[in-house]
Amino acid sequence: MSIGILGKKLGMTQIYDSEGQAVAVTVVLAGPCSVVALRTPEQNGYSAVLLGFGAVKAHKLSKPQRVMFEKLKLEPKKTLREFRLDDVKGYEVGQEIKADLFEAGEKINVKGISKGKGFAGVMKRHHFGGQQFSHGTSVEHRHGGSSGAISYPGRVFPGKRMPGHMGSDKVTVKNLTVMAVDIENNLILVKGAVPGAKNSLLALYKKS
Amino acid sequence: MNAVDLVQKNYYRAEALPDFRPGDTLRVHVKIKEGTRERIQVFEGIVIAKQHGGLDETFTVRKISNGVGVERIFPVHCPSIEKVEVQRKGKVRRAKLYYLRKLSGKAARIKERRKFTEQQ
Repeated sequence: MSIGILGKKLGMTQIYDSEGQAVAVTVVLAGPCSVVALRTPEQNGYSAVLLGFGAVKAHKLSKPQRVMFEKLKLEPKKTLREFRLDDVKGYEVGQEIKADLFEAGEKINVKGISKGKGFAGVMKRHHFGGQQFSHGTSVEHRHGGSSGAISYPGRVFPGKRMPGHMGSDKVTVKNLTVMAVDIENNLILVKGAVPGAKNSLLALYKKS
Repeated sequence: MNAVDLVQKNYYRAEALPDFRPGDTLRVHVKIKEGTRERIQVFEGIVIAKQHGGLDETFTVRKISNGVGVERIFPVHCPSIEKVEVQRKGKVRRAKLYYLRKLSGKAARIKERRKFTEQQ
C-alpha cells in the first residue's frame, strides 16, 4: 500500500561508502514514470495509481491503448503497472514520478521476476544432497531418493518436493538500502542484489 | 555511455596512484579508524599481483612479518588508501608472483629494474 516507481535492472558494480568499505550495488534505471490513470474506491472499489514506464512507438500498441494515450495527451508507455495506495489524493493523471521519490539511506522493497532456471532437479531446486558418486551408485547420482513409504500410506504425500520448474517467480526483496540517487540520469543504486536478469522490469516500493 | 560506467565514474580516485608493477616494493599508507580517532598505518611489501581493472582493480602486497608471510589485497580506488610510495622497482618475468610464497630468505629476492642510460 505505498507508492513506488517502475524501473529496469541495468547491472551490478561496487562502490565505496564514506568509511572506505566496498559495497556491492545494483544499478537501476528508475523512471521517469507518468501517472496514466487513478483508481478510486467510488469507481473501482480500491485506490491505486496506474504508472506507465518506458517509451514505445504508438503503432506498436493495441488500438485501445493507443487511443487511451491519445486522449490523455501522454507519450505512449511500454509498461503499465498499478501501485495500490490508501488514498490517491495528491496524484493526478499526467503527473511525472521520478527517481527523486527516493533518497540515499532510505530502505525500500524491490519486486521483480527472478531468472528462469527451467525444469530443475531436486538438488538445484530444493537443495537435496543427492546420492553417492561412487560405491556402486548408478544413474541415480543427482536423484532425490525415496518419495515415501510403500503400502502404508500407499501414495505420495501432497507437497513432496520433486523436480520441476524453477525460477521466473515473482520475488520481493525487502529492506534494501538506497545507496545513491542520480536524478539527472534517473539512476538509483540499491545495496545488494535484486531479482531478475539485466534489463528486466522492477518495481521499487517506498516503505510506508 | 553505459549507465554502470556512468555510476562508476563518480567513485574513481581523484589522483591516480603512482605507476607500479608486480615485483615492485611499495609503502601503502592506509587510514585506520579506531573509534573516533583516525590514524595512518603503513604496509610495506612486494606487489605480487594486480587484478581486475577499472573501479574493481586491486593489488596484492606481500610482506614477511615476524617470520610469517602476510598478504593484503588493496582496492586501487578505495578512499582509505591515503597514498602509495614506490620504494624499489623490481625486475620480474611474471605478472603473478605467487611462486614467492614457497620461497624465503635469499631465494625470495627480486632483481632491481634499472633504466638504461644513453651511454650504455
